[in-house]
Amino acid sequence: MLRRDFLKFSAGTTGLTLLPLGAQGWAASNPAGGRRRLVVVFLRGAVDGLNVVVPYGDSAYYDARPTIAIQPPGSAGGALELDGRFGLHPALAPLLPFWRERSLAFIHASGSPDPTRSHFTAQDYMESGTPGRSATRDGWMNRLLSALPGAHQSTSAVSFGPTLPRILSGRMNVANVPLGRGADHPLPIDRPVINASFDRLYAGNDPMSRAYKEGMAMRAKLMADLETDMVAADNGAPSPVGFSSDTEYLARLVARDPAVELAFFALGGWDTHVNEGAAEGQLAGHLRPLAEGLSALAKGIGPAYRDTVILVVSEFGRTVRENGNRGTDHGHGNVMWVMGGPVAGGRVYGAWPSLAEDALYQNRDLAITTDYRSAIAVVLERHLRLGGTALRAVFPGAPPPPATVGGLIRV
Amino acid sequence: MTSSVALARHAIDRLGFGPRPGDLDRIAAQGVDRWIEQQLAPASIPLPAALSDRIAALTTLSLSSPQLFVEYGPPSMRPPGGGKPTPQARKAANQRGRVIVSEAIEGRLVRAIDSPRQLEESLVAFWFNHFNVFAGKGLDRLWVGAFEQEAIRPHVLGRFRDMLGATAKHPAMLFYLDNWMNTAPGSPGARGPFEGINENYARELMELHTLGVSGGYTQADVIALAHILTGWTIGPVPRQRPIFAAMGGPFRRAAMARERLQGRGSFAFDPDRHDFSDKQFLGRTIRGGGMAEGEAALDMLARSPATAHRLGFKLAQYFLADDPDAATVAHMAETYLASDGNIRAVLAALFASAAFRSPANFGAKFKTPYRYVISAVRAAGIEVSNFRPLRGMLFQLGEPPYGHIMPQGYDDTEAAWLNPDAMMRRLSFAVALAHGNLPLTAAPDGASPRREPASPLDAAALMRTLGGAFSPATRDAIAAAAPALRAGIVLGSPEFMRC
Repeated sequence: MLRRDFLKFSAGTTGLTLLPLGAQGWAASNPAGGRRRLVVVFLRGAVDGLNVVVPYGDSAYYDARPTIAIQPPGSAGGALELDGRFGLHPALAPLLPFWRERSLAFIHASGSPDPTRSHFTAQDYMESGTPGRSATRDGWMNRLLSALPGAHQSTSAVSFGPTLPRILSGRMNVANVPLGRGADHPLPIDRPVINASFDRLYAGNDPMSRAYKEGMAMRAKLMADLETDMVAADNGAPSPVGFSSDTEYLARLVARDPAVELAFFALGGWDTHVNEGAAEGQLAGHLRPLAEGLSALAKGIGPAYRDTVILVVSEFGRTVRENGNRGTDHGHGNVMWVMGGPVAGGRVYGAWPSLAEDALYQNRDLAITTDYRSAIAVVLERHLRLGGTALRAVFPGAPPPPATVGGLIRV
Repeated sequence: MTSSVALARHAIDRLGFGPRPGDLDRIAAQGVDRWIEQQLAPASIPLPAALSDRIAALTTLSLSSPQLFVEYGPPSMRPPGGGKPTPQARKAANQRGRVIVSEAIEGRLVRAIDSPRQLEESLVAFWFNHFNVFAGKGLDRLWVGAFEQEAIRPHVLGRFRDMLGATAKHPAMLFYLDNWMNTAPGSPGARGPFEGINENYARELMELHTLGVSGGYTQADVIALAHILTGWTIGPVPRQRPIFAAMGGPFRRAAMARERLQGRGSFAFDPDRHDFSDKQFLGRTIRGGGMAEGEAALDMLARSPATAHRLGFKLAQYFLADDPDAATVAHMAETYLASDGNIRAVLAALFASAAFRSPANFGAKFKTPYRYVISAVRAAGIEVSNFRPLRGMLFQLGEPPYGHIMPQGYDDTEAAWLNPDAMMRRLSFAVALAHGNLPLTAAPDGASPRREPASPLDAAALMRTLGGAFSPATRDAIAAAAPALRAGIVLGSPEFMRC
């Protein structure tokens, strides 16, 4: 479901580049270069980072994966050369131009220090920003939202999907936009004769009333966008099919609404215990649309890419050795993807611990040399300009960033 | 509102999916205790013939897992003369097979809406979600409905161990969590993709189905349990592997002991892929003994105090409160252990508890999308023949039946479900339903359901159905609205968002 939605999303953003109005609207509302943004994409189910950014220079990788290894660059179906040590999964070819223009980086052997191999505990810790502490009520992106300066609007933080994820839950109001067919169709609640009654019922400060008011503000923005697009279509915009696509408005929202500072997606389908595949196959089939979607998002938001950082994270990595069914089981260290104009890209960051037997975490998994929080903290500090106090509020107790990721963001 | 009506509303809101017209008066007249007693013994409640007929009309719902596999799965794709299925045949079979999930959803919804055995229906939803499988994963498109019929429904008020065993052996679960491929490395049957251990099911069996993530197991226990469960697979199992015949020793003994189920698409134990060595599991030694090892492990898991606590907590969260009080959960866990995992006894203890009867818990739970949608249709008293609008609504709200991709199932708390877009969609649904704008009574299989003239619900009757407990603010808003809108405001009121 999520993967398909992302596909539609990418189709929508591609269409957007054909609509000049979107880009102009963006530029006009951001004369000084625009608002700094952070987009987080969470790959739920634990993506196999060793087949995403392939350590083809580490011979232990090939020993551990007789049937699912990605071959070195230059071989048939081989990895795409990155830096002489690592190669990119061939299904991620749409991202290679961003690597070459140095706006895409990876942080390998990164992740959460907590040892859990439970998807749900690990996701929870990664979203709360407090690994090992299950009592934390809110998510780190919600704490980040309250740390960002300036007046907050209903679309300051937007989550795509019908429910609010843990990472955005908390004190600050967050809008959510559903994915799927018909998501941007007008609803009965958009009609004043109807919402006038509900305004009376949900006028308080209780959780339902707050959600109601946030929802109404979001609907007003969406419907205003819809009207603008009707005008655009009347002016001869090329793609009526694109207009009917529910996903186009997602890109439109991110690209046009100057209020959006934080956005969140979750994509499922990464839990490849069986028949993971190599250059082709199950994992490749999931990576390809993700790469296309990210590429389309980067292009679709136009000049705003200069001020946007996109993070791709997952709860943990997978076993170094393939399991008995040509798949991989739950592991530990993984790779984090960092993309956007402010990124000092074209580099694989982080200390590589190697895949030699004695270097593995608990004799089976990629060890972690970079705590995910310290890598994200670099983004928050250098890109979103958070001070020390705010950083400590977002990631309490996080270790300082290792020198190996210090240069991640251009200053 | 008399207190007996208030208690009746609480009982049917929590044990079931809220009142239909007249339900509250009937329950109050009968006595809430008596009604709960009957709900705990669903066979004592006759099913209306109309409902039985509608369920019988869903033909794939009565097919067994092997029948579904043969009639809609890979065997149905093969050309009559043998050989590999063509892509066209594959596509056609998959297209034809869509009816299975569609009928499973319809069967689930029609019973939730119309069955007088309301507790049974809310428990089917609860236990399916506890043992979640996903219709979107490969062959599970054939089996999610059968899983519910065969492994969940017969046991929802029975012994937990029986349900645990039924799910462990169901092809839907074996496929979903990959145990069907889990193989002892170096065993006679280890070859190709069936080469070794797969931890997926073993881990979720402890983390999600029984002990819970803090239940005291280690990674070594996960691996041990995976070894214990090697060879638990989906039939058919090859009768004689050449390599097998050539071997002696323990594998030959295994061969003599093996019981083979030859069914296609049903559980089978394959001794040729089993690890017959002794295992250390949760601090105990499990002697190598084939399939009996797995049964012993399931016994241990079902009888663990950690499991008792986890199930007590989840049931209390579902029926009582998002953060149920520790004393009630402890009492349920004790009842579970004392009754050897009797679910009926655990629930009887909960429903008789002071916490369950406390008015502080009345109307305190934010409805999940599933509860919200079904309770609205029930309160409206609509006989649904076209389920598409309900399916669409559940999809938009993020809780489509059989549609949760990961094994932990849907959450059950306000924190998970209350969000801005959810409010917009619930209120829009409430207004459309109450105004008669949803084609719920249109022809079920028509490609374009005919829209019937809208006939708005009567707000006053709806308020009576729900027991009349509305705040002055809600009453004012209803009175101030245009008459055609009033029933929609009842269904969109804060009081109806909760149960």
